[in-house]
Amino acid sequence: MDNLEKYTQAFVNIFYIDEKNARTAAFKQIDAWDSVGHMGLICCIEETFGIMLDPDDIIDFSSFEKGQKILEKYGVSFK
Amino acid sequence: MWDLKKYSNNIAVIEDNGQKTTYAQLENYCAYFSSYISERSLIFNLCSNTLGGLIGYIGSLNNNIVPLMLDKYIDIELLKQFIQQYDPDYIWAPKEQIAKFDGEIVFQGWGYSLIKRKTQKQKKLYSELAILLTTSGSTGSPKFVRQSYQNIQSNTRSIVQYLDLTENERAITTLPMNYTYGLSIINTHLYVGATLLLTDKTLMEREFWNFFAQQCATSFGGVPYTYEMLNKLMFFRRNLPSLKTMTQAGGKLSPELHQKFAEYAQKNRKKFIVMYGQAEATARMAYLPAEKSLEKCGSMGVAIPEGIFTLHDERGNIISSPETVGELVYQGPNVTLGYAQKLEDLAKADEFQGVLKTGDMAKFDKDGFFYIVGRKKRFLKIFGNRIGLDETEYLIKSAYPDMECACCGKDDLMYVFINNTNLCDDLRHFLSEKTKLNMAAFKIIFVPEIPKNDAGKIMYGKLEEKIV
Repeated sequence: MDNLEKYTQAFVNIFYIDEKNARTAAFKQIDAWDSVGHMGLICCIEETFGIMLDPDDIIDFSSFEKGQKILEKYGVSFK
Repeated sequence: MWDLKKYSNNIAVIEDNGQKTTYAQLENYCAYFSSYISERSLIFNLCSNTLGGLIGYIGSLNNNIVPLMLDKYIDIELLKQFIQQYDPDYIWAPKEQIAKFDGEIVFQGWGYSLIKRKTQKQKKLYSELAILLTTSGSTGSPKFVRQSYQNIQSNTRSIVQYLDLTENERAITTLPMNYTYGLSIINTHLYVGATLLLTDKTLMEREFWNFFAQQCATSFGGVPYTYEMLNKLMFFRRNLPSLKTMTQAGGKLSPELHQKFAEYAQKNRKKFIVMYGQAEATARMAYLPAEKSLEKCGSMGVAIPEGIFTLHDERGNIISSPETVGELVYQGPNVTLGYAQKLEDLAKADEFQGVLKTGDMAKFDKDGFFYIVGRKKRFLKIFGNRIGLDETEYLIKSAYPDMECACCGKDDLMYVFINNTNLCDDLRHFLSEKTKLNMAAFKIIFVPEIPKNDAGKIMYGKLEEKIV
């Protein structure tokens, strides 16, 4: 699995949505992505990529798209 | 209930758009709101941490109107069921929700609409009945706690005393208003003329922290899950000079986190206060004084002013020796009137008579500090909400009559065992929808057969063995 697949899978597994909906997911825009869901997503992503996110990045991680930009700072490439 | 005139010039509320409301204005708004409503009516308040939500609450209590407090995001089916059961005279709901209700809009303001319903049934409300709250925060039980005016007044006085609250406080909201702990923060701060920083934003949003810093919040409250999030956000590295007090309730915090926050508080000259309570006792029953938070780590403290704890053994005898486990029983003027499960119950007088069996098993140490060690009743605390396991099984069985199920688990995670492997996903969504808890709260596990003893009783011990 490449990084994009792994990343997408985290959303699929945590929020119980399909891949298409994962790609447009944003904080509070789907029921499962509330503050509790956010914690689950962050922990899953940290585990998947073996990284630790800064608090500011955790807070800014508010959509599928924004999350990708943040992860690139941690050396996770989606190219 | 509240003498808003006493603090006329103080700021009562700052909303997260920066809008300020003085006590004098709040008094006027509440009078205006209540002028549309006859005394001793029943009103459903679909709560949010906004000025509109607050006026619906304060305006009702200050004017002899009885609110039933619900989350504005409540499941619509459940809401319809409550409306049918309790036949409210009015509904106070955010404007965007009015399409859901039958009735006449008699007033609109502060983002809310007041809907007057054509009621079907005769209503009799007990004269001392002040408010109705769910026993489990936002979740689905049709059971409400009946709180009296005296309950709220006495509990508010006790909390103000032990937290030493003054008009200089600026409490930021982190909990919903329909949740007894969130409500008690509102009650106590308005009682002393302090300022409420009202927001529906969560800790996970930048807007929350900006609002916190801009408005110099002095305190917040949180359930165990709140403290786990703060820990994850490396709260300890944040510079929050205005913060003075953190309170914690809604379930037992892990001893590690208790220690961590107590140490942080001590080092940074802040107060960390662990508390204990239930909607059945209005809000609070116990607190651990800040100066004891490290020494008595893991304890929920001592009874609040005007309250008394006793421990009872299996035969009902009072335990007098330290380190002996028994059921925790509380006595005090904040013990509520009782429960309501149907409209007729609203006419009932005081059933609890000042005594509450908490359902928690506890012990006290040689210095008289109490520790929760287990539970007598089958319930979990999930994100601060008390969720009955038997009630959840009942909820599932009603919706899935052909499937067997059994619920157990630990705080913040319920295990639901079912014997139909095809329904796992479906059930997870169903439970989340009905309880308004995140799906992360439920782990659905397929078992070919639910283990039962000869008498047909579910053997929960066998199921718990399956949980690693």
